[in-house]
Amino acid sequence: MSYLHEPTATQIQEQHLYRDMGLSDDEFTLVQNILGRLPNWTETGLFSVMWSEHCSYKNSKPVLKKFPVTGPRVLQGPGEGAGIVDIGDEQAVVFKIESHNHPSAIEPYQGAATGVGGIIRDVFSMGARPVALLNSLRFGELTSPRVHYLFEEVVAGIAGYGNCIGIPTVGGEVHFDASYDGNPLVNAMCVGLIDHRDIQKGQAKGAGNSVMYVGAKTGRDGIHGATFASEELTESSEEKRPAVQVGDPFMEKLLLEACLELIQTCDGLVGIQDMGAAGLTSSSAEMASKAGMGIEMNLDLVPQRETNMTPYEMMLSESQERMLIVMEKGREAEAHAIFDKWGLEAKVVGTVIEEQTLRLLHHGEIVANVPVDALAEDAPVYEKPSCEPAYFQQYQQEAPFVPHVTNPKETLLQLLAQPSIASKAWVFDQYDYMVRTNTVVPPGSDAAVIRIRETNKALAMTTDCNARYIYLDPETGGAIAVAEAARNLVCSGAEPLALTDCLNYGSPDKPEIFWQLEKSTDGMSEACRVLETPVIGGNVSLYNETNGVAIYPTPVIGMVGLVHDLAHITTQYVKTAGDLLYVIGGTDASFGGSELQKMQQGFISGAAPKIDLDVERMRQQQLLSAIQQGLVQSAHDLAEGGLAVAVAESMMEGSVGASITITGERDAALFSETQSRFLVSVKKEHASVFETICEDAHSIGVVTDEPKLVIHDEQAGVVLEASQEELLAAWKGAIPCLLTSKA
Amino acid sequence: MKFAVIVFPGSNCDVDMYHAIVDELGAEAEYVWHDEDNLDRFDGILLPGGFSYGDYLRTGAIAQFSNVMREVKKAAEEGKPILGVCNGFQILLEAGLLPGAMRRNASLKFICRQETLLVENDHTMFTSLYEQGERLQIPVAHGEGNYYCDEETLQMLEKQQRIVFRYCNNPNGSIANIAGIINERGNVLGMMPHPERAMDTLIGSADGVKLFQSIVKSWREQYVLSS
Repeated sequence: MSYLHEPTATQIQEQHLYRDMGLSDDEFTLVQNILGRLPNWTETGLFSVMWSEHCSYKNSKPVLKKFPVTGPRVLQGPGEGAGIVDIGDEQAVVFKIESHNHPSAIEPYQGAATGVGGIIRDVFSMGARPVALLNSLRFGELTSPRVHYLFEEVVAGIAGYGNCIGIPTVGGEVHFDASYDGNPLVNAMCVGLIDHRDIQKGQAKGAGNSVMYVGAKTGRDGIHGATFASEELTESSEEKRPAVQVGDPFMEKLLLEACLELIQTCDGLVGIQDMGAAGLTSSSAEMASKAGMGIEMNLDLVPQRETNMTPYEMMLSESQERMLIVMEKGREAEAHAIFDKWGLEAKVVGTVIEEQTLRLLHHGEIVANVPVDALAEDAPVYEKPSCEPAYFQQYQQEAPFVPHVTNPKETLLQLLAQPSIASKAWVFDQYDYMVRTNTVVPPGSDAAVIRIRETNKALAMTTDCNARYIYLDPETGGAIAVAEAARNLVCSGAEPLALTDCLNYGSPDKPEIFWQLEKSTDGMSEACRVLETPVIGGNVSLYNETNGVAIYPTPVIGMVGLVHDLAHITTQYVKTAGDLLYVIGGTDASFGGSELQKMQQGFISGAAPKIDLDVERMRQQQLLSAIQQGLVQSAHDLAEGGLAVAVAESMMEGSVGASITITGERDAALFSETQSRFLVSVKKEHASVFETICEDAHSIGVVTDEPKLVIHDEQAGVVLEASQEELLAAWKGAIPCLLTSKA
Repeated sequence: MKFAVIVFPGSNCDVDMYHAIVDELGAEAEYVWHDEDNLDRFDGILLPGGFSYGDYLRTGAIAQFSNVMREVKKAAEEGKPILGVCNGFQILLEAGLLPGAMRRNASLKFICRQETLLVENDHTMFTSLYEQGERLQIPVAHGEGNYYCDEETLQMLEKQQRIVFRYCNNPNGSIANIAGIINERGNVLGMMPHPERAMDTLIGSADGVKLFQSIVKSWREQYVLSS
């Protein structure tokens, strides 16, 4: 749309043109009341993106308020680019997870790549050096050509961006389920390290200071991306393809280095913020609003990639690799010098003003004049109606699923070959997980671990979410998601610090979906409190529906832990023959939402496994204490597929095997997904001390010389015998095999 | 001995190379920006991995025109040790300091993993502390590491024992399993695997240490012991 042909304010009102931008009639009236007049085309655009769910959290704010967000180590909670947690020695860890689901559904390579680019900017805009990337991916079943395409391209896009910019992608998870068929989830997480003195805020303080635009030029890409992300996907979503941005990791590498140089060497820097969703609009309005100031910007000065761009297009563009910075007046040259060195554009485009207004000039005219708080703070907040869906009570009352296992070995091999359990080496091989040479535990174990140079410490990190449990029982499932992420960290020898979450749900306009959001965040909040892992930031992605069908509620947890001593680093792999194997925690028959149920029944149903958070906390603390005392050789959490899968996974590296004895009902002992359990190996000489520390540990067997898994039943003798080679073949071969087979 | 770690816009293993030299080897190193035009103060040159200039064209195709590359060529002529790893190797090929070219990996996918290398020639200034036939655990991480040269060049490389490392399980389709080659004079080594990522068993392997130690040893023998 050319500038001259933009609709007039009256046309916008009379023809309800604001509706196409995602504003409701009531919201448009509210805008009118705020301005005391009708908004013009550009202003309508500003409100529509800033009041989108993606930017304003207008539908999710009431549930987000429930999360505990403080703690003795928390230096920055939700509200800035990323949260910050103290790790001692005047250092802190900065991290955040964010979704790029909708763009990835339409253009998977660029959607995933720019998702990575965006989260990296969130972290370095805080002043941190990004040191690791993780992700959490969900696709439909690997049986259709479309899913193959989405999976391969998303992985390639993540790899393409992360590898080029030189930040290791150290971990993540990939799950496959029909519920994500038309709406894959692509959540990217970035972890950074920062010295306390370098912590930045996205604030435009000090009237008269200069607002500078740095990085890539603005084009017409990604216009209304935030609005697009706040709608359901439909068959016509393909038409939105132009809204997906294109990433340039090389540009971002330069921008990263230049910004960190500026932050670390120039005290004339006042504030810095990423131009992410809603681009120039959100960065300017939020920076001004947070500082209680305003910004006047001359759009003629904005570096542009295309000709004749209108104010509307410039303000709503989501072109990548751009940052907005505020410099003290008179010190702009210092920024210019640094950005020049890196071959980047840095232009003064505006000034901080006292009046709390975002005022935009273009060709000598004022083209927008809007109170900054109205954009950044005053979006309406909706208390959505919530209603328990009928399925929930049905599942609760359903007779428990009883698996049908005639040959336990066959069942185990089949489970290992389920794409959600199978080896993700096909994925991780494409990520440079070693660059920066700090990766101690690469992808594949419970959590990734990277060392912190010049200290004896390390960071452990994981992303996790079992959405099946959450679908069946959001409150219990939400608690399990947090507990399991913490379990992963404890198994790697880390003290869980805090988490970031990415709340992926269907449309909150449906009371049943809003109920899922409400209940699952209740469960998460409770687990956060009990496990003392506050939420320091995150992202909400709603409207994940295809043609009216919602995904499983999927609140992905990204959690970071601190390894206090490199000697504590532990992996899931058993090491030495003769070590004793323990399971911490008892077992019941929990098959609702289990991998085995999905595999045998084709769908999930029933009640999710139960969790007692106090028991969880006690076991985690005891195990961590045992690890820290040097008593543990390997530790692995029992998750999808239960004990049999966990033992098999623990012998996928190295050349030893395991011999264990099960008690009680065979199939439950082997495959139940009872929560709060760990598989641990311990040197014989440490057995008695270990047993005193981990009260709920019971011995189940021993690590053996022969690379073979043997499972005995107390009554029935040997019930399963499989060589490491057989286990590996099933586990490693599954995904490559599915990808090469004709879908 | 003092090393230059060349930094192109888009280099991303420069930090790793620097730490390998300074922290693990205990030698001196300095980052050198791509438009510098004097490397006389350095005894050895390291071209690190990464994506110089984004590598949107052919890998290394733009980096070869950097100011600093004239100096790298001069240093090569002076006989100083020059090591190009990954993108550094690709740049050496584009600059004509080593023969051959890179193609995309046979799988057409980026590959990052620990690989086993075979030391083919232990008579170079980069490998004198290894044994011929020794197997090393050194990681690879690249999308275009599929080395190619014509038959004639290959014969020459074989005959002159200029294939320094070969892959035991060729990950990328390289001709003759080539992982690293040296120039005729023996002072310019290009290799796709990353020895600077194999300096500490904590992060997987320390098999790369001897490569850097070999360089220092050779330099000492040449300059320190003889003077």
